[in-house]
Amino acid sequence: MRAAVITFPGTNRDGDIARALRMAGAEVIHSWHADHDLPAGTDLVVLPGGFAYGDYMRTGAIAARANIMDAVRAHAARGGYVLGVCNGFQIACEAGLLPGVLMRNAGLKFVCRMQHLRVGRVDTAFTRQYAAGQVIKVCIAHGEGNYVCDDETLMRLEAENRIAFRYCDASGDIMRENPNGSRHAIAGIYSENLRVLGMMPHPENLVESLVGGTDGQGLFASLAVAG
Amino acid sequence: MKARVTVTLKNGVLDPQGKAIEGALKSFGLEGIDSVRQGKVFDIEIATQDRSRAEALLKQACEKLLANLVVENYTVEVLG
Repeated sequence: MRAAVITFPGTNRDGDIARALRMAGAEVIHSWHADHDLPAGTDLVVLPGGFAYGDYMRTGAIAARANIMDAVRAHAARGGYVLGVCNGFQIACEAGLLPGVLMRNAGLKFVCRMQHLRVGRVDTAFTRQYAAGQVIKVCIAHGEGNYVCDDETLMRLEAENRIAFRYCDASGDIMRENPNGSRHAIAGIYSENLRVLGMMPHPENLVESLVGGTDGQGLFASLAVAG
Repeated sequence: MKARVTVTLKNGVLDPQGKAIEGALKSFGLEGIDSVRQGKVFDIEIATQDRSRAEALLKQACEKLLANLVVENYTVEVLG
């Protein structure tokens, strides 16, 4: 597994996610937003968290039009893997890699705390190391995580089983009042071919028991052996 | 030429910022404010003097970047 972690001006979680991938056994190459090409042999593109371009205009909007994103779209169109976390999820939506958009949190506050998630399907390259329906505890840190899409898209996401993670409580019950107002408590979604995953929570923060838990490891362990 | 692009949220899209602004205005005791929806204004200078080319150019700018058509509408005014 060769992963290209892309850094935009304002990205700040690139180091952590690269570390989580390396710990899981993946090879990581850092890429720069102004480049036109991905490193040769890239299997996975990672759009990390942060505040690319200062979140100016709309979160992810300007980053989604950066030079490297044409190569990322081509990679995705070829069936390559893409993981967008937090700001990376926002960028993936703005870039047209995933449907919908992340709006300002319904409560208007930046939420930064630990959060339980219920894992959806476990037959994808991102989740094979989790158990079906598993409840994991990771963290969230965002001001714009309110997932919005039209009714038709939402119905498709549900019908095609493309909701990767939902916000839940410690016992796994889906939250009626979720942290940001997302439709159907969506914390992450897949593309149609299940090879692009966008998620607001930060699994890369939870890979060391020393700093609060290891529930994020499953995602990187899954990816490391994905091909 | 000068132009103004206005980007607003589509009807039905939750606008928590607009709600907060609405609440603040109401808290001043300003009578008669029913609701507030907020949006963005872009003032743009364009090199061309051709109005229809300017409109076409701005439409492209909106669809490529200035508006997210999933949740936003835009209007273009060429001010001359």
